[in-house]
Amino acid sequence: MNILLILIPVSLTLGFVALGAFLWTLKSGQYDDPEGDAMRILMDDDGPLE
Amino acid sequence: MAAYPTISPAKGVEKSSGEGDTRRYISIPDISCAGCIAGVERALKSLPNVSDARVNFSMKRATVMAAPQVLDVELTQALHDAGYAAFTLNDSIVGQVTQTGLSSLGLRIGVSGFAMMNVMLLSVAVWSGAEDATRDLFHWISAAIALPATIFSAQPFFVSGFQALRNKRMNMDVPIAVAIILALALSLYEVSMGGRDAYFDAALSLTFFLLIGRFLDQRIRGAASSAAKDLTALEPATVMIDVSGCNTEIKLADLRVGDTIFLPAGARLPADGELIKGNSLIDMSFITGECDPVPTQENMPMPAGAINLMGPIWVRATHVGESSSLQRIASMIEQAETARNKYTSLADRASAWYAPVVHILALAAFVFWAFYTQDFRFAINVAVAVLIITCPCALGLAVPTVGVAVNNQLFRRGVILKGETALERLAQIDMVVFDKTGTLSEMSFDLQASNIPADRQGVLRAISGASTHPISQAIHKRLASVAPIEIENIVEEQGFGMTGECEGQTVSLTAQVLDDGQQATVFRYGANEYSLMFEERLMPDSQEMISQLNAQGYETVLLSGDKVERVAVMAGKLKVGSFHGEMKPAQKAEFVRGLMDAGRRPLMVGDGLNDTAALAFAHASLAPSTALDISRNAADVLVIKNTLAVIPDLLRLARVGRRRMVQNFGLAVGYNVFAVPLAFMGLVTPLIAALMMSASSITVIANAVRVSSK
Repeated sequence: MNILLILIPVSLTLGFVALGAFLWTLKSGQYDDPEGDAMRILMDDDGPLE
Repeated sequence: MAAYPTISPAKGVEKSSGEGDTRRYISIPDISCAGCIAGVERALKSLPNVSDARVNFSMKRATVMAAPQVLDVELTQALHDAGYAAFTLNDSIVGQVTQTGLSSLGLRIGVSGFAMMNVMLLSVAVWSGAEDATRDLFHWISAAIALPATIFSAQPFFVSGFQALRNKRMNMDVPIAVAIILALALSLYEVSMGGRDAYFDAALSLTFFLLIGRFLDQRIRGAASSAAKDLTALEPATVMIDVSGCNTEIKLADLRVGDTIFLPAGARLPADGELIKGNSLIDMSFITGECDPVPTQENMPMPAGAINLMGPIWVRATHVGESSSLQRIASMIEQAETARNKYTSLADRASAWYAPVVHILALAAFVFWAFYTQDFRFAINVAVAVLIITCPCALGLAVPTVGVAVNNQLFRRGVILKGETALERLAQIDMVVFDKTGTLSEMSFDLQASNIPADRQGVLRAISGASTHPISQAIHKRLASVAPIEIENIVEEQGFGMTGECEGQTVSLTAQVLDDGQQATVFRYGANEYSLMFEERLMPDSQEMISQLNAQGYETVLLSGDKVERVAVMAGKLKVGSFHGEMKPAQKAEFVRGLMDAGRRPLMVGDGLNDTAALAFAHASLAPSTALDISRNAADVLVIKNTLAVIPDLLRLARVGRRRMVQNFGLAVGYNVFAVPLAFMGLVTPLIAALMMSASSITVIANAVRVSSK
């Protein structure tokens, strides 16, 4: 059962990482315009990033 | 927004660094595809001194970062040139619409969702047979995650439930809050006793699903209210005034009594005033109910909201702001108690009987098992299981999921539902009442030239071209395909018309009032006389729309302030069920109220000020987004484009939506009918509770999504 001592912290850490990632997407406004973002992939006129 | 890499600006345009830029909001109601997004952004970014432009498609709005010297007009003009209708939004209004409530709900959903997943992982271990110390360890870890996560995430329910109780009312949040708190408390107690069952996962998944329902609900309302506010922001906040011969643009708020307003053709008077000079026709139908435009006379008093149809006029402001007649009507409407305030939404009605039933059931379970087994711990366990299993998880999703699905469909058709219960009320509509002018028909300044011989049309074109009078200009434009014939000695007489000579004949073009009081323009060629009538044209689609409504069994009624004979002609063309002419605004309102009192459910469709009271009284009301501010406030459905064609679709979708809501309630209750006896018998384990809750929620969501596929 010693494996639990490793696995539980690992799973909790992963959970927190995912939560952090979600909060980042939320904060950076990625849910502000779901429809528009779906369409932006069809746009082909964006040049290289500077 | 800032997190996206911005698309590189068009080449060859000098870009400012973006420092000191101001943010502007532009509404682009017509935007409909990926190409439009690209087109709008390209058009805006190619302007000098614009550092960034980004379209928010969901809100049909562009945010532009531009240097302070860039005028809003330049931005909208660039979009007009690119082929998009665009309006500057008043940023003080837009600023209020930031979705703070949404982002904090999003945070709560995230926290409860990830806590739920972790606890669920641990619970699976318990359910699959972990025992003794391992089980206790897993339970304690679950508790350590669930307690803080629930206390943070479920706050909206605690707050709202507590508020309801304090006001001695019941709402859906009361059973939710009670179930969550009891589930947590019981689980903690069980865990501390080394017990087998803990409901941490149930408490969390309840919170998670219900927060999603709450989120969807807010999103619909947020989108509708922001769209409605966008429209308010469209109102011209500026007015042109004439300062010693020079036209200056000032803010409407700065307009003072005595200022000379310059009103170009097509503009609406923002304040009460009286005419100083200018020749034009004024549309005052909202006060008088008369559709015929009134010709201007010197010192003629004009109410705010009057529309200048033809040439430019100058008006002295006599009442501005709060004291203008527009504002007075607005406050009158606000005071009018409307039927829709009395309407109780389906969700409220459901919770009114649901909450007491659930609590009585749980109490009954506790009392029964407490007496039957004398085991209080087991009795509490059963009671909490009943509470959790009946907790209105699916009920909380039943209405908002359908609302989102229907609203998405409607938004795509250019319809904004403004009122909270508008969708449910629309589903009950059994008759549609139309305003005539502006809604089903429009006054057209095209003339019927067919009765004029072809060679005379050239003469008419020539003489009409000699005057700047708007009617002459309209005629001149209409005859653009005819070659003008030369006319000599043209004399224009102010307020009368023009005379001239052509091939030895006297020709004239004059304004005249006919016997029946109608305005006409008369063209004379020698002894021949032709009257050029303004034609009342049906809006495109109106006939088809009415016939669709009739076929679907809705009663259609036409109301108009116009003369009965003219309304009768229109009614005949449109094949409406019945019609009423010569209705003053108050009579329209009275008519609609009479219908409501008689138990009918009318949908009022109108756009003018004269319809505003009727809009407010009707069971549901619809106005085009071009209507006046105060008519839009009175209406609970706004239509951005193609007002008429959308009505049958709107009513159909509303009915489908309501049916889905009722179905969803049925599904949710159906799960309970199956689960409550199990819980009551003490057979429900945390595993079954979790399964039930997820299954019922997913069923309800799936049923709601079916709206979109139709």
